Amino acid sequence: MKLSDKVAAEINSIKSRYQDPRSCLLPSLYVVQKADGWIAPEAMAAVGELLNVPGATVKGVATFYSMFRHKPMGRHLIQLCTNVACLVMGAEELVDILKGKYGLEPNGTSPDGRFSLVIMECIGACGTAPAMLVDTDFHENLNEKNIIDTLENYK
Amino acid sequence: MEKYLLRNIENPNSADINEYVKAGGYKALAKAMDMKPADIIEQVKKSGLRGRGGAGFPTGMKWAFAAADPKMPKYLLCNADEGEPGTFKDRPLLEKNPHLLIEGMIISGHALRAKYGYIYLRGEYPQAKDILEAAIKQAYEKKFLGDNILGRGVKFDLCVHQGAGAYICGEETALIESLEGRRGQPRIKPPFPVNEGFLAKPTVVNNVETFSNVPYVLEIGPEEYSKIGSSDCPGPKLFSVSGHVKKPGVYELPMGTTLRDIIYTHCGGVTGDKKLKAVIPGGISTPVLPADKLDCPMDFVNMPKHGSMLGSGAVMVFDETVDLPKVCLRAIKFFEHESCGKCTPCREGIGWMRSILGRICGGTGNAGDIDLLLEVSKNVMGKTFCPLGDGAATVVQNFIKNFRNEFEAHINNKVRAER
Ligand SMILES: Cc1cc2nc3c(=O)[nH]c(=O)nc-3n(C[C@H](O)[C@H](O)[C@H](O)COP(=O)(O)O)c2cc1C
Ligand code: SF4
Ligand code: FES
Repeated sequence: MKLSDKVAAEINSIKSRYQDPRSCLLPSLYVVQKADGWIAPEAMAAVGELLNVPGATVKGVATFYSMFRHKPMGRHLIQLCTNVACLVMGAEELVDILKGKYGLEPNGTSPDGRFSLVIMECIGACGTAPAMLVDTDFHENLNEKNIIDTLENYK
Repeated sequence: MEKYLLRNIENPNSADINEYVKAGGYKALAKAMDMKPADIIEQVKKSGLRGRGGAGFPTGMKWAFAAADPKMPKYLLCNADEGEPGTFKDRPLLEKNPHLLIEGMIISGHALRAKYGYIYLRGEYPQAKDILEAAIKQAYEKKFLGDNILGRGVKFDLCVHQGAGAYICGEETALIESLEGRRGQPRIKPPFPVNEGFLAKPTVVNNVETFSNVPYVLEIGPEEYSKIGSSDCPGPKLFSVSGHVKKPGVYELPMGTTLRDIIYTHCGGVTGDKKLKAVIPGGISTPVLPADKLDCPMDFVNMPKHGSMLGSGAVMVFDETVDLPKVCLRAIKFFEHESCGKCTPCREGIGWMRSILGRICGGTGNAGDIDLLLEVSKNVMGKTFCPLGDGAATVVQNFIKNFRNEFEAHINNKVRAER
């Protein structure tokens, strides 16, 4: 697989920020994920070629970090925190609600391909718990009702 | 106390450089450019500033180590990985006051003769990334960054590097590995980053809040600064308070404010005026305290004397209704998920602790399980490559030490933790 010209150009433009091309690996994986929604095995190999890093090394790195996705995701990604502050403020009930309303399981995608759900460790919104990120938007002070109202804005 | 770190953040445009300058920003930078690097380090040393990332290491001393190493170039890294559960104190700095951090980093870069700085920002803060990048761009336009800062011939380049969801990358050597494009696994110390850090060059890693204190030290001078808060670790401190309090949030208070003051005076007390059961004072890795241990001054020196640690200043408050073994289990699941897998006691031991806690909370625990749990925790404590493993063992040991009866109740009554 070849990276699209746009993706390759963006990766090349990142190189100037670093003293060592290897530092571009994480940012490059982000570029791919932003374009494709996930990081396919072939894309890892192509990134390796572009940065002169062995494909196996790219895979080792890409799979270490939990925010890189290794399968296609739904149109919108829900990242819901269930760590301690969110737990005591009711995050578990929210997991149940997502299951009931959208058929969403943690690490799964709703049957209509609209949402994917990932359970997060703390996302730095503990004072306004429970909280989630939808794509790149924070939604805080969630409860059983407003979580659905919020998600209904993501089609 | 007048706010410094969080001053002006109610202004909706607080992240804009012009608003920051209007509020007195970048004055300390102008001052610093007229100072010799060694004098800046001396002032930071004198101020008594200690790192705000968790360990409380004296900042001036760290800088002096790096400055004394003849290897060049030197690198400056900002730890904006903020992953310790309960911690959200760096977020308002990053999102609302980015120029304070940037100014602090430029001054620090000058002090260390570093030409390159990176802000290692956790992947979970996408907004902060955009805000920081916009702020950095503005700082270049005003010639606060670049090849000829304020016309003084000093060079400093700065950019944001985004992490991708790994708590361990908050540990400074793992952060460096990650910045070098590798899996975020800690390195053996020594050599310390101040001698062999990023690309094997002298590297200073400081927390967001630490850098944000540097302009303050220069503005008011080290003598005035050292008068704020506790005498042996002075300065303003951000506390992020969550859980069952009426007014959770981030508070800027003098270092050494007591836990009781934080919870009852500043946060308005326990939600619904319920009874307080427990507090985790400094982020999930710090020992949990029972409700009668609130009179401890929150600073790096005094907290250990009161059975806990200041950590990141992340106060998590639990009222009487909370099932603490369940909280303990969730915390251990976090450590299990975040273990980097490099060393056996952490990688395997935490899994065992999770499994035993899981059956206790599931109502199928056995009579000897609490002692077994303590036994496993002892085989983790002090035996791991980095402090993440110790953190997990600390959680188990202190929850049991302070709330053993709750674990026993689960076992004896065969009760499942409520959903
Ligand atoms: C497991 C682990 C996680 C850490 N996470 C963070 C973090 O998210 N942010 C931070 O500033 N320091 C974190 N630290 C502390 C750093 O290793 C380092 O001490 C700190 O960034 C130094 O900056 P300071 O001297 O300004 O505190 C962590 C340490 C460990 C062991
Ligand atoms: S203690 Fe855990 S996180 Fe630290 S090096 Fe060992 S396995 Fe990795
Ligand atoms: S515990 Fe959920 S955001 Fe911190």
